[in-house]
Amino acid sequence: MARAMWKAQLALGDVEIPVKLYAAVQDRDVHFRLLHAKDRVPVKQRMVDPRSGEEVAPEAVRRGVEIDSGLFVVLGDDDLAAAEPEASRTIEVRRFVPRAAIDLSFYARPYFLGPDGAQACADYFALAAAIGDGERVGVAHWVMRKKRSFGALVARGPHLALVTLRSADEVVAAGQLPQPGGSEIRAAERALAEQLVAALDAPFDPAQLRDEYRERVEALIEAKAAGRKPKLPKEAAPPKPSGDLAAVLKRSLAAAKESRRAA
Amino acid sequence: MPRSAKRGRAKSKPRKAEPSPKDAKAKDAKPSDAAAADAPVARAVWSGSITFGLVTVPVELYSATRRRGLPLRMLGPEGVPLSREYVCPEEEDRPLEGDEIERGYEVRDGEFVLVSDEELEAISPRRSRDIELVRFVDRAAIDPSWFVRPYFLVPDADQSKAYRLLAETMERTGRAALAHFVMRGKGYPVAIFADRGVLRAETLRYGDELRSAEDVGLPAPDDVDAKRVARMRRAIDALAADALDESELVDEGARRLRDVAERKRARGEDVVEAPAAEEEAPAAAGDSEGGEVVDLLALIRQRLQGGAAPRPKRAAGRKRGEGEDERGATRGAALQDETKQALLERAKQLDIPGRSRMTRDELIASIRRAS
Repeated sequence: MARAMWKAQLALGDVEIPVKLYAAVQDRDVHFRLLHAKDRVPVKQRMVDPRSGEEVAPEAVRRGVEIDSGLFVVLGDDDLAAAEPEASRTIEVRRFVPRAAIDLSFYARPYFLGPDGAQACADYFALAAAIGDGERVGVAHWVMRKKRSFGALVARGPHLALVTLRSADEVVAAGQLPQPGGSEIRAAERALAEQLVAALDAPFDPAQLRDEYRERVEALIEAKAAGRKPKLPKEAAPPKPSGDLAAVLKRSLAAAKESRRAA
Repeated sequence: MPRSAKRGRAKSKPRKAEPSPKDAKAKDAKPSDAAAADAPVARAVWSGSITFGLVTVPVELYSATRRRGLPLRMLGPEGVPLSREYVCPEEEDRPLEGDEIERGYEVRDGEFVLVSDEELEAISPRRSRDIELVRFVDRAAIDPSWFVRPYFLVPDADQSKAYRLLAETMERTGRAALAHFVMRGKGYPVAIFADRGVLRAETLRYGDELRSAEDVGLPAPDDVDAKRVARMRRAIDALAADALDESELVDEGARRLRDVAERKRARGEDVVEAPAAEEEAPAAAGDSEGGEVVDLLALIRQRLQGGAAPRPKRAAGRKRGEGEDERGATRGAALQDETKQALLERAKQLDIPGRSRMTRDELIASIRRAS
């Protein structure tokens, strides 16, 4: 059982459901330590005043921002507190919008919600069922760890999930983009492109998203730990187009010639 | 926003990219890789070609996010930005030079396997300028939970036709493309989407990076009571809207922090002149107030319409020609999910000084630097 990161009330209008928040992303990266080469002791880091090279004790470290190049404003606890949102334990669902209304660039990071306590289960599963695979997505606001957060409330099978959304001023939304123009695309070209796309059609299978570099790093470490001379695994050849595609390409090339002749 | 991106990756050790003791002290140290993740939007982070079948579509990659707000810095008692240096606990009197630091993987408590730059170099993905589309999938099948970071794919002005054809076809058929590409020596899985004639890319998490509800240990559903479901439906309907009002999705925290700082500056309170902070993200350099965004949109418009748009400056003054690196995003992001207590534990293991007084963000930044 993963540990919950946070507890809150999930609120939709007058419905309130006690929930726990869980990370849906897990760290798989290989982590190294920095060691002093001579004695292989993990190094320590410390903060120093760059002018003197003198260490600054942790309790003497202050915080601030660089408001202009080379100009710093020191911020005290009061200053920092003044910029923080009001603390709360509510995840407030303010709207349900069509899935397509949320620009893809907003999505940041997924979390699971679980029911907090047996009492919460009935409402929790009922809400997940009501959202279902429906085309509506909840838009939620909350404050966690002194930060304002936004998220899309969705159902994952019988469970609820919350995918955080970036702040609007952080995203260049495609909605502001122009319609493309330019020389006209001909029907024959359109048909060819469609054939090519169809030839490479496949289901989305996350298992195929493999971090091969990480696998090579792990193999390297394993070999070295076992005292073997690491046989550095070579990178797999890039995937080749399927036989089907080759056939389509042949056809498409022939067709392209045909249409050129006709033009 | 993930910072110190490169450090997150196995490849990145002290070398040059890491703030080696030397770098940390040098006044002219280059901006950290944090800059990459925070780069202003109107700078191409990568250029190459989308290929599928025999078709080649030259494109440039632009970040679809921009930085906002001012990052908090660690300052000395007089307000001077601090540098970070590494020391050996056995001889704390002097900072370690870059070549005195090695990278080790802890296989057992206190027992390390050393891994060299050369070894990692040898297994890095080979350089490539192609985004090869290997599959087309139903775009609705890719859950946004897989997304890491969004980009715009901008066509070459002279060759926008193939681009438009690809975008139009994907949109008409409701397909997204899956591909893999290499940016700055790192591979990224990526999904490409077409919207209103414009192609966008989302880098993706790897298959084993997302937990299932079972992994998390969520309870199985009871019998779901139809009356309750109906009540929830009513609650949902009461909140239904046709569009997302994006102005509701603005975190005011960054602006408020800046306001607080500006007021203090106007009063001349706690203002310190000092050499620009170097190790942290370079300050206002990439700060975007919207200007670059307009530029980016204008650029895309011109390119799509086949006009001879002025080519944007390519990563001027940056040492890495190949743009952005955010593989560390995953890893930094994973830290974000830890409780402060867990972060403190990690910080303790890493002997990070001042950890008990650090905020979450500072802890995360320090852990990333140290591991």
